[in-house]
Amino acid sequence: MVVLAGLLAFGTSAWALEEQREKELTNLVRQDCGSCHGMTLKGGLGRSLARERISQFDDDTLVAIILGGVPGTPMPPWRGLITDEEVRWIVGRLKTGFPE
Amino acid sequence: MKRREFIKLALATTAAGTAATRASACPVSSRATGDLGVIVERASGSILIIESTGRTVLDRIEGLGDLSHASVVFSRNERFAYIFGRDGGLTKVDLINAVINRRVVQAGNSIGGAISDDGRLVAVANYEPGGVKLFDSASLAEVGEIAAEFGRDQRSKTVGIADAPGRRFLFSLYDGGEIWLVDCGMSGPPKVTKFGGVGSLPYDGLITRDGRYYLAGLFGEDGLVCLDLWADQPAPRRILAGYGKGEEKLPVYKMPHLRGWAQAGDRFLLPAVGRHEVLVVQAETFQEIGRVAVHGQPVFVMARPDGRHAWVNFAHPKNDVVQVIDSRSLAIQRELRPGPAVLHMEFTGRGHEVWLSVRDADRVDVYDTRTFAKLAELPARKPSGIFFTCRAHRTGF
Ligand code: HEC
Repeated sequence: MVVLAGLLAFGTSAWALEEQREKELTNLVRQDCGSCHGMTLKGGLGRSLARERISQFDDDTLVAIILGGVPGTPMPPWRGLITDEEVRWIVGRLKTGFPE
Repeated sequence: MKRREFIKLALATTAAGTAATRASACPVSSRATGDLGVIVERASGSILIIESTGRTVLDRIEGLGDLSHASVVFSRNERFAYIFGRDGGLTKVDLINAVINRRVVQAGNSIGGAISDDGRLVAVANYEPGGVKLFDSASLAEVGEIAAEFGRDQRSKTVGIADAPGRRFLFSLYDGGEIWLVDCGMSGPPKVTKFGGVGSLPYDGLITRDGRYYLAGLFGEDGLVCLDLWADQPAPRRILAGYGKGEEKLPVYKMPHLRGWAQAGDRFLLPAVGRHEVLVVQAETFQEIGRVAVHGQPVFVMARPDGRHAWVNFAHPKNDVVQVIDSRSLAIQRELRPGPAVLHMEFTGRGHEVWLSVRDADRVDVYDTRTFAKLAELPARKPSGIFFTCRAHRTGF
């Protein structure tokens, strides 16, 4: 069910990352995004990245925010550290329930 | 169960006979607390109680909620640890019996806390709802709330809470750009003095160990704000204001911690924001007297208690390295590579050893601060902050 929703969110660009890289990204989001957004992603200095909130934005907007950051705020650009494809994976996961 | 295990451990070094009689006569062990500490295991909502003489883990306490960005202060008698969780949880842990003594969930989202110099009040800074709450340190009963209201009915996230001598606390309003000084006096409601317009997005604050200066870091602009509490009329003053102007900043992947300022003799060493540098400033004047190029974006710059060396850790993705700066020559004295994601460093009281949490190796490493030899490794689950009880007797810790 969840898997299906995830695939739909990815639309035609459905693909799979290496399992190892998925683990690394999960860790990165929980720990490093978590240092500002809370490890449970319910918010900190940066707002909540919980599914209910994040689902209000379309994927492209979120990908652009994550890659480009939000100038004038602490939200940094992640371009160069994570690829477009990986950011899409993160966004898809945020929308379907982020793994532990 | 926990308790018995702890007593067993605590008495393991005394003769078996005395241990047995003591354990049955009195449930509290004979252990003192001066060499105890707490390691936060952020992912599992637990802490480890450790002792730093034999470098062992005494016990694990679970059920403390979301401990990301958790911090800890200690009671004056060094028996109780107060743990501030991200989810608004405030937990008082009895280090002797290794049990939760009291726990309250006092807000939806909080960032840290402090304990008054007389040890009677615990203050917590909250993001949601924005403001500071005060608690009786014995009972954890709420004894006051200060809503961080600013502008037109807006409420700000609060950051950078610090204790100041004389039952006072300071904190900053992230959204409001203000610093508030709260004087809790001995009777009546707390008196709040507000310093407005201090700058954009203060993200953290600290008080110097003599209790004289409160400093807040600004995210929205260059420089820092400084409040001299020894002045007759404290007024916010901008320091290091030109810093970084006209140069392209590097992105910051982790909020730097001001608490990681190092006071080294007559100078401070502090992390630059968005730059791979440690700044060196003169203590009284706050004039910049040097910069040290370092391995990455510094997170904590921690002075060994004597001030001779400062240890620096770094933000993702360069967080597997620690550098040691000689505070006199400003040379990099040593570079260590403890392992993936070194999050925090804590010195023993007089600085003979330093403990490092190596989060992604699920380990805490102990180093000799003079020879830089690794002395011990302790297993811990995704460790972050390390806090030793000697903090109980230091302002701003
Ligand atoms: C240094 C702190 C910091 C880090 C690290 C950080 N963020 Fe942010 N982020 C923020 C702040 C602050 C905002 C809010 C900006 C604003 O006020 O509009 C934000 C906003 C966002 C938004 C827009 C959501 C909204 O409500 O406006 C998304 C999506 C986001 N971050 C995702 C991430 C992801 C994914 C990561 C990790 C790869 C990450 N952030 C890491 C501080 C951070």
